[in-house]
Amino acid sequence: MSRFSPLEWPVIRQLRTGDHTGRSSAVQSQRTRDITPRTATADRVVQSICPYCAVGCGQKVYVKDERVVQIEGDPDSPISRGRLCPKGSASEQLVNSPGRQTQVLYRAPGASEWQPLEREKAIDMIADRFLESRRRGWQDTDDEGRPLRRTMGVASLGGATLDNEENYLIKKLFTAAGAVQIENQARI
Amino acid sequence: MTPTSAFADDTHWDHPHPRRGFFTDTSICIGCKACEVACKEWNRNPVDSDYEILGSSYDNTGGLGADTWRHVAFIEQTQDRIEEARESGRALVNLGMPRVGPPQAASTPAAGGCACGSAAPADDAAGSGCACAGPSSATTAPAAGGCGSTGGCGCSSGGAGGASAGTGEDGSPVLDTPDFRWLMSSDVCKHCTHAGCLDVCPTGALFRTEFGTVVVQEDICNGCGTCVAGCPFGVIERRDDGLVEPKTQRGAAPMPDTVKVPQDGIAQKCTLCYDRMKEDQTPACAQACPTTSIKYGERETMLESAQQRVAQLHEQGRTEARLYGANPKDGVGGTGSIFLLLDEPEVYGLPPDPRVPTADLPRMYKRAGMAVAGMLALGVAAFAAGDRA
Amino acid sequence: MANADCIVIQGSNMAECHPVGFQWVAEAKARGAKVIHVDPRFTRTSAVADKHLPIRAGSDIVLLGALINYVLSNDLWFHEYVVSYTNAATLISEDFEDAEDLNGLFSGYDPESGSYHLGSWAYQTEDDGSGHEGAEEHAKGHEQRAKAGGQQFGSGGAPVGTGTPKRDKTLQHPRTVFQILKRHFSRYTPEMVRETCGISEEDFAYLARSVTENSGRDRTTCFAYAVGWTQHTLGAQFIRTASILQLLLGNMGRPGGGIMALRGHATIQGSTDIPTLFNLLPGYLPMPSVTAQTLDDYVDGIRTTNQKGYWANARSYAVNLLKSWWGDAATAENDYAYDYIPRINGAHGTYQTLMAMLKDQVEGYFLLGQNPAVGSANGRLQRMGMSHLKWLVVRDLNMIESATWWKDGPEIASGELRTEDIDTEVFFMPAATHVEKSGSFTQTQRLVQWRHQAVTPPGDAQSELEFFHELGKRIRARVADSDDPRDRPLQDLTWDYPLTEEGEPDAEAVLAEINGRFLTGPDADKPLSSYTQMKDDGSTAGGCWIYTGIYADGVNRAAMRVPGQVQDEIASEWAWAWPANRRILYNRASADPQGKPWSERKKLVWWDEENHTWTGKDNPDFPLDREPGSHPDPQQGGPDALAGDDPFIMQADGKGWLFSPKGMLDGPLPTHYEPQESPVDNPLYTQQQSPTRVMFPREDNLSAPSGEAPGTDVYPFMFTTYRLTEHHTAGGMSRWLPYLSELQPEMFCEISPELAELKGLEPYGWATIVSPRSAIEVKVLVTDRMTPLTVGGKTIHQIGLPYHWGAGSDAVVSGDGANDLLGITLDPNVQIQNFKTGSCDIRPGRRPRGAQRDELVREYQQRANLTIMTGMERITDPERELNDDPLRARDSGDVAGRSTAYTAGTATTDQGEDK
Repeated sequence: MSRFSPLEWPVIRQLRTGDHTGRSSAVQSQRTRDITPRTATADRVVQSICPYCAVGCGQKVYVKDERVVQIEGDPDSPISRGRLCPKGSASEQLVNSPGRQTQVLYRAPGASEWQPLEREKAIDMIADRFLESRRRGWQDTDDEGRPLRRTMGVASLGGATLDNEENYLIKKLFTAAGAVQIENQARI
Repeated sequence: MTPTSAFADDTHWDHPHPRRGFFTDTSICIGCKACEVACKEWNRNPVDSDYEILGSSYDNTGGLGADTWRHVAFIEQTQDRIEEARESGRALVNLGMPRVGPPQAASTPAAGGCACGSAAPADDAAGSGCACAGPSSATTAPAAGGCGSTGGCGCSSGGAGGASAGTGEDGSPVLDTPDFRWLMSSDVCKHCTHAGCLDVCPTGALFRTEFGTVVVQEDICNGCGTCVAGCPFGVIERRDDGLVEPKTQRGAAPMPDTVKVPQDGIAQKCTLCYDRMKEDQTPACAQACPTTSIKYGERETMLESAQQRVAQLHEQGRTEARLYGANPKDGVGGTGSIFLLLDEPEVYGLPPDPRVPTADLPRMYKRAGMAVAGMLALGVAAFAAGDRA
Repeated sequence: MANADCIVIQGSNMAECHPVGFQWVAEAKARGAKVIHVDPRFTRTSAVADKHLPIRAGSDIVLLGALINYVLSNDLWFHEYVVSYTNAATLISEDFEDAEDLNGLFSGYDPESGSYHLGSWAYQTEDDGSGHEGAEEHAKGHEQRAKAGGQQFGSGGAPVGTGTPKRDKTLQHPRTVFQILKRHFSRYTPEMVRETCGISEEDFAYLARSVTENSGRDRTTCFAYAVGWTQHTLGAQFIRTASILQLLLGNMGRPGGGIMALRGHATIQGSTDIPTLFNLLPGYLPMPSVTAQTLDDYVDGIRTTNQKGYWANARSYAVNLLKSWWGDAATAENDYAYDYIPRINGAHGTYQTLMAMLKDQVEGYFLLGQNPAVGSANGRLQRMGMSHLKWLVVRDLNMIESATWWKDGPEIASGELRTEDIDTEVFFMPAATHVEKSGSFTQTQRLVQWRHQAVTPPGDAQSELEFFHELGKRIRARVADSDDPRDRPLQDLTWDYPLTEEGEPDAEAVLAEINGRFLTGPDADKPLSSYTQMKDDGSTAGGCWIYTGIYADGVNRAAMRVPGQVQDEIASEWAWAWPANRRILYNRASADPQGKPWSERKKLVWWDEENHTWTGKDNPDFPLDREPGSHPDPQQGGPDALAGDDPFIMQADGKGWLFSPKGMLDGPLPTHYEPQESPVDNPLYTQQQSPTRVMFPREDNLSAPSGEAPGTDVYPFMFTTYRLTEHHTAGGMSRWLPYLSELQPEMFCEISPELAELKGLEPYGWATIVSPRSAIEVKVLVTDRMTPLTVGGKTIHQIGLPYHWGAGSDAVVSGDGANDLLGITLDPNVQIQNFKTGSCDIRPGRRPRGAQRDELVREYQQRANLTIMTGMERITDPERELNDDPLRARDSGDVAGRSTAYTAGTATTDQGEDK
């Protein structure tokens, strides 16, 4: 309907709709009439789990144009029944936070600032350093000559928001490389 | 009473839905503020803070405003205050208020919405939706139907949340008075039956939706601010910041669906998630609330559960519980958002006796009319007298 | 929890830290359950509880011990349950001596190493009669584990040696666990609670009544705890005390019972199941110690061949893991590549690693979603440690303080470190959020829930899965041609994972490997559906035995999503719980010894006589066809040896342990010691602190003196640290979010009006808090929610400190970190640090800037005459400790009373043996 249709003139609308005092349907703008929640216009809804505490609340992630537009509680979850705490409710902001770092950065020895670094190069540099430190920290045996076959040159401390599959690969890789100082928030 | 009759006078929808509303039960609120965050996240409201401790217990957002549409208040009360409230509650009973106690207290609330679980002073209140009076309410408005209108249904106040410790001789619960209590309550726009903001809006930006709620249309509002003065609860406010994104998000790529209307100076308040409601979705705050302290649904259902809850609490001896916004005879005709409080409304920063500013209009018109008529009559009389003279 | 009749929340601020989980408490309460909160502070949990009991932080064993004493002396224990399902009737070695008789030390203490020889704690067995032989066997295998901590027994019990334990079902024999328990807790009286915890006798009576009236056949009580119990020098024993109480009351393995560990991170449970921990391999298999040179040594250290229960098959679990990791290179001939696993010879926990860093022994460090500069104890040491690294990789969503300490940390501000002098290379690698990758989280009740990827990560961000897969590929490529034997484990590693369309490794393929598969036979390559299918002959492989079944039939069961609304309360078709999709562990105990539910109201699983099987609402946690009355030959070992009334199927004797013959390193029974820093002397023993606690005596990790020692008055107040609803741990996922930051914008402390008046502190003004480690500034919240307690005749002020803030420049909100105040002292069992108690002073005003901050800290240290050894004595008073009459000490006045069960005669005998 055209915005300028005489039928849409306020007085006509007030008379036409019966809303004589102009306090409800007669004063609705086109925009108001067209309003739809972004949960309804999302391209897809993906089931997920809240990343904060260990209650494990279900989340529904609404995606539009390959961006997350809303995250809210999943009513299907028997654990949380659709509810979320303030942190869980803020998880859309966690994903889309403007303060989030999405670029690899490197700080050289003695430098006072970061510099950007290509991701591929960064992983290569880390692999080199890993092997070098592994070598230098290597222990073949203990004082009594019993095999240790390990390195004390590399250590790791993981948070407890890492997936089981990620922890599995981390432990597997580090163990194969002989690194034993692998720790987690679970001990903190 | 039809579901929509309470606001039928200012709405003309072809297909109105049953009126929707909240019931916020503060007795089970854990003050987690999920409602505040879920509201902001859904409505993409800006941050409302200078990131400083406000000096108000765990509350650092202060109150409802243009950017904060759900707000959790924290009230710490010591034994003195609780004792005081208890004393006054006891005094009320001694003054002949119906005794609170099982089992009759659990009986269904009086028709039309008696609130507290005491066998209501009901006869003349029946249908009016009110119940017994709290101390302040008794003094403020011993008005129609025996309703001590504290802007809602008051009950004998006092008492305190806390440990129950057995029962008295007659089997009625006897409560320990705790040393301390920490009240938490999530406030929100009341979506009044007679909405001051709506009444005074000169542009038609505010309107009554098909769900009986009151919503601002950002594209119509011209920021005149009349509504701000029109709200007896101080809820609606103009946003002084022209941006929808939180301050820290400026310059970031705009989110899809970001509302792109200019909002500088536009009046803002809770819409009861009008957009979600259109798709039959629960408002963001109620959806998130971990303990169901915020309930959402048809207003009549909300009222009913509010009444049942208050009756249950009274049965348990927690006589401090009372409803707010449940009384259709109060100054705003009752509210769409009903609250169960554990102390006087003032304690929570709520007006004890809210009145829509336009409530006096008919009387004023009448008086003005009478004055005009009087003047006319006088004029006529003078004329006549002059004639005779 | 929704089924409980009484819920005691202690050591947890559940409503604040687990708001959504709290809905079940709210639901139980709405149904009439009593909710009691025991906590130093009145919190949002207390606000909605029926009652709040303020307690002095660190004194929980006294309170729980007093409940045990109350239950025992008033004969309120659940007789049938206790006799049948616990080790109450088991006889303990004649060599065992209680801490009550040795003034704070159990038998077997070795002052040299500061640890216990566990031999004397063993069961008496039928074959040896004396318990001596068993003790020897018992001690075997212990040595290799002692230093590595007890956490390897996480899901199961420790082996208890050969032989059938002797039992006296009348419980009258003085060496029964039951009688030992009675004697041990007899001094834990309401008066002791008043004097130690600061809880009045009336309040104690309320608690005791509530718990006992709501336990039994028809009713159950549930305890909920979190890090308020674990983060102490004897945290594991706090939980043991609650376990003993719950076993005595028959509240284990039953609906509405149990002890709920409320864990704080999305998959912190998963992080121990499939661990990134130094002492564990997946499925709670221990990391091999240097003493276990062969696979057989290793397996023998985990179990004895004929022990009962599922740990008897430990060899299978180990072989399956090795086959998963090294595939065809793992053969029977090479012990399934057992030698590929590096060996540990002590604790290599995060704090030991920190000490190694400070000694320049660690060159490279990965921080994976972890912010130790803020979140670990003694923040200054953490940052100093990192400044010794050659390289540091920080993988996170935001630019956390652990990534920027070299330019904006407190040590830069104080001049202690200069940016240009710090040689550490730092890589910041942006991480993917939970919606940008697929994978599983294991929540606090062992429920493994799959997350589907919603979008791809922005910019350079990538998942840990992709990063480590990539890193592994490159490391392997670099050593591909090496002939150094140390590179063999890398070369032989199975590392080929299929990629998704986006080019990321397929997380589901990793899950399938974790689940395991048949390698040979007709089902070759098909997924295993249960760990009972695992073989120790190399014909099956599986990365984590307790997760086997999660990928049964090739279906990702963690992704099961049948809506809760259409399921019963067990909701077994929503995700998958380990083990075997079981929701309540040890649920055999929900039925009586004859297999009938204890009551209609509390039924869960039961014996179906007609069909000769266990059945019920939950998946029965028991061999399905094991008749309730059956008593198989215990010598056959494994699950087959479980009697019909052995519900605790992971324990070596099938019983719930009131007394831990093994597994705990700091005592077979919990007993109260004061925290590392305490304003009072230990009212029980001369022994002030736990004699086995792990300490790091260093100039930069000083301790305040305790009790009556000189200098205690310099740090007269206690502080305790905690979380708020509005923030998450060290803030990495909350202080960068405006919506959360505005809700709790500034670091603050919570103090009582009495303390505010005493120290002249203005509400919402600034205060400086000084500990022997650091000085921080905080805003002051003066609140009646904090209560001064009277303990040992003294007024004790406790200061509450949330620990979310850190000093940096990138977050939306920052501030001084509470953990900077803490020293590092650990629980010996699990190597977890004490976060919950410390000594400090508080004064008005902001802290000094620059170098003056350190000067203030030093000035206090000098005033208190602190030395490296202050508070670091293992044996508080060695002379008296080891020689004096154990019955003297402070056994006078109202804390003296020994129970009547403890006859003078017994005491004399014990003393005689002591000498």
